[in-house]
Amino acid sequence: MSGLLFEGADWNFLTLQRIHDACETVAQKELGLDTYPNQIEVITAEQMLDAYSSVGMPLFYKHWSFGKHFAYHEASYRKGLMGLAYEIVINSSPCISYLMEENTATMQTLVIAHAAFGHNHFFKNNYLFKQWTDADGILDYLDFARGYIGQCEERFGRMAVEHTLDAAHALMSHGVDRYPGKKKLDFREEEKRAGKRRLYEEEQFNDLWRTVPTGPAKTSAVLNVERRRALLGLPQENLLYFLEKSAPRLAPWQRELLRIVRHIAQYFYPQGQTKVMNEGTATYVHYRIMNRLHQDGRLTDGNFLEFLQSHTNVVFQPEFDDPRFSGFNPYALGFAMMQDIERIVKDPTAEDREWFPDIAGTGDEMAVLRDVWANFRDESFISQFLSPALIRQLRLFHLHDDPAERAGILVDAIHDERGYRRIRRELSKQYDVGYIDPNIEVVDVDLAGDRRLMLRHTVVKGAQLNEIDTKRVLQHLADLWSYDVQLTEVDAATDKVLKEYVLNPRIQPAAA
Amino acid sequence: MHIIDRRLNPGGKSLENRQRFLRRAKALVQGAVKKTSQDRDIKDVLEGGEVSIPLDGMDEPRFRREGGTRDMVLPGNKKFIEGDILPRSGDGSGRKSGPGQGDSEDAFRFVLSKEEFVNLFLDDLELPDLAKRKFAEAESEGLVRAGYSTSGSPANISISRTVTRAMARRVALRRPRPEAIAELEAQITEETDEEKKAALLAELEALKAKAKRIPFIDPIDIRYRRFEAVPKPIAQAVMFCLMDVSGSMSEHMKDLAKRFYMLLYVFLTRRYRHVEIVFIRHTDRAEEVDEQTFFYGPASGGTLVSSALQCMHDIVRSRFRPSDWNIYAAQASDGDNATSDSENVARLLTDNILPVSQFFAYLEVGESGTYSFEMPDSALWSLYERLRANGEPLSMRKVRDRSEIFPVFHDLFQRRGTTQERAAS
Repeated sequence: MSGLLFEGADWNFLTLQRIHDACETVAQKELGLDTYPNQIEVITAEQMLDAYSSVGMPLFYKHWSFGKHFAYHEASYRKGLMGLAYEIVINSSPCISYLMEENTATMQTLVIAHAAFGHNHFFKNNYLFKQWTDADGILDYLDFARGYIGQCEERFGRMAVEHTLDAAHALMSHGVDRYPGKKKLDFREEEKRAGKRRLYEEEQFNDLWRTVPTGPAKTSAVLNVERRRALLGLPQENLLYFLEKSAPRLAPWQRELLRIVRHIAQYFYPQGQTKVMNEGTATYVHYRIMNRLHQDGRLTDGNFLEFLQSHTNVVFQPEFDDPRFSGFNPYALGFAMMQDIERIVKDPTAEDREWFPDIAGTGDEMAVLRDVWANFRDESFISQFLSPALIRQLRLFHLHDDPAERAGILVDAIHDERGYRRIRRELSKQYDVGYIDPNIEVVDVDLAGDRRLMLRHTVVKGAQLNEIDTKRVLQHLADLWSYDVQLTEVDAATDKVLKEYVLNPRIQPAAA
Repeated sequence: MHIIDRRLNPGGKSLENRQRFLRRAKALVQGAVKKTSQDRDIKDVLEGGEVSIPLDGMDEPRFRREGGTRDMVLPGNKKFIEGDILPRSGDGSGRKSGPGQGDSEDAFRFVLSKEEFVNLFLDDLELPDLAKRKFAEAESEGLVRAGYSTSGSPANISISRTVTRAMARRVALRRPRPEAIAELEAQITEETDEEKKAALLAELEALKAKAKRIPFIDPIDIRYRRFEAVPKPIAQAVMFCLMDVSGSMSEHMKDLAKRFYMLLYVFLTRRYRHVEIVFIRHTDRAEEVDEQTFFYGPASGGTLVSSALQCMHDIVRSRFRPSDWNIYAAQASDGDNATSDSENVARLLTDNILPVSQFFAYLEVGESGTYSFEMPDSALWSLYERLRANGEPLSMRKVRDRSEIFPVFHDLFQRRGTTQERAAS
């Protein structure tokens, strides 16, 4: 049980096994983590570069854009501009962690604790991942996708497949379902429900209702529009889903390609919303495990110092005026918040008791954290748990920049009593996908006329779409739709039309 | 928990994607390769290395928003208090760019391997039409696999084919399996009832007889790997480098010539399995020399071009039979030649050299800084021009400057349009 796990920097597979077992003991007994079974794979730098270019997945379909990313990463890596990650972890069951072969034994301990337990627990328990991803099936699905796309290339030509995938990739960020859909009732259920409603109406029948005046009846034109939109499931913000189901001239294999890209986008959707929490969880877990191992005498002081150095680098947050500053470091912010929660639970101040009455002083920090990890995403996590103490510690301030209103940038809030809530609200907004992604919906299709597809971008705070990129994306969209596509940018506050794009499809060979 | 060592997995998983990317960006990368190679030394030209291409056409567009009012929360406040107005820095939004958006840079830089570089560099080049005609004529025989046959040498028996066929035949004819016989034998030894035993024995005999009648491998099962002789183009070439080394050739001119020769060499090595180089230098007499002497050895004297051509002709006759070798020649000179020599040169070229050569290029080198249109045509140039006008297959170019070498080389070996090609052949 006890004794040093290893000495020096060298490791072999027995060492890895020992490290894993030691971490597992701490993770389960002390932290109460619940993880998928682990699969640890040792890889080389070149394989790490390969993994980078296929968004970290062990297998992926072939497309030139991955080659482009590979060439880019390779060039920067060769020139020494870019270091490689110590590990990559995949949300699958078993949970696969890739470890770089050149890591020292201490680093391997760190990354096993970080990825194989921290991330792993988060993947398995967070509600977003539970709701949107299928950890058991993802590798099989990717395997299917790669095979299917390969077959399509053979049957329909590489160029045709490439065009479809290009178009699908351009729309990938708008190929996710943001809300869990309604469960579709089957016909029997439907009939039962209709019967119940009829019964209820009969029971509640009162002829007086007939005499109550109603508003003017809807004209048949309005009703027609409403009916058409209901039939097409509009408005629809999942553009890929809409095209897959409703584009008139797509071949079946093209629909399947859109579906594949859509599924993959959906699989990665939770990761974008939980960067701070995911990294915060993993960093907090590795910090606890490494400390425990050191306290139990399983790591030498030297190895522990090596760990502390890496850990400090990882959670370093440059200040805004530092040349190294490039936004918030999710590791730093996440870790700081997790530690802050631990402090509030164990050793609260009067302020904490006022702000966090539910958790302050309850004493069991792991129970609180496990609950947080399971039920929040970045946006809700920050808006609930960013404490005044942490705002002061990080000296956060809020800038409001409105070129129309004044020449300078307004400092709207700082770390004081008046500012805490505003800062917290604004920071949480920065992590809200509802604000990050432009809100674009399919609103209508001119079925009676030229089959024009009508999209609407609801402009928030005056941020319009970049014109060049938008035209390119819409061109792809028009190619898939194969009739004209129109995008209207409408201001959310005033309902004023700000800009309108109309794109015609490039001439395509007649679809079968 | 499993630990898997993936380090031994075959590498190059991204190779296919990378090739797709290069194929898509081919025109752009090719332009970049040519631009890069102009500023390089000849030795480094084929080393591969970093190229940078404009992102046009290679970008992956997404819906992106810009402008509008912005709110941000930043760490590290030192002196601001609520209500302060900060001046906007000169470039508006500062150095902020969308995360993960590669297109904030207008050029995309990456590293090409040596192989990729050479491929792209020489991709739109090909041997001239004349060479192709020769190519088809000059043939030798080679063997390629061509299915299976029922007869052949025992060394060529295809075992897997033979055994497969034998098995199919045994199954089709219901040859008793050895296991069935063994089972029956075991049954007989265990059987006590004499009458049944006799029946079983008879059955066993029948099975054994059948097994004997249907052999394990029959001669009709045997298949041989078949080979067919096909004509093969000659895979060897010889490259003659002819150079005037008289006093009028400066170091700069020799350098230009050397660059051209090296390009030609690289190009030929990619087309032929085996390439030999013969260096012939000449003043008023010619000699075959090694490379070092060729480029750097001191020499002086008058200029007689015919001497070099005669020397080349002799070497071809003695060592490189035109039916076995593809012959390429590149001549570099500053254009000086003794007037009396012209007739000899013309005769040697038209009668002896051009008929056996795939390609003959004449490169007239000059001092940098002077322009060809300022110079009157040299003696040799006008002579070759005359020969060419008579329909002799000669290629000739003038080069003054290092940077012209690549364009000239490309120009000479450019892939012609199909219509031109047809007209030429």
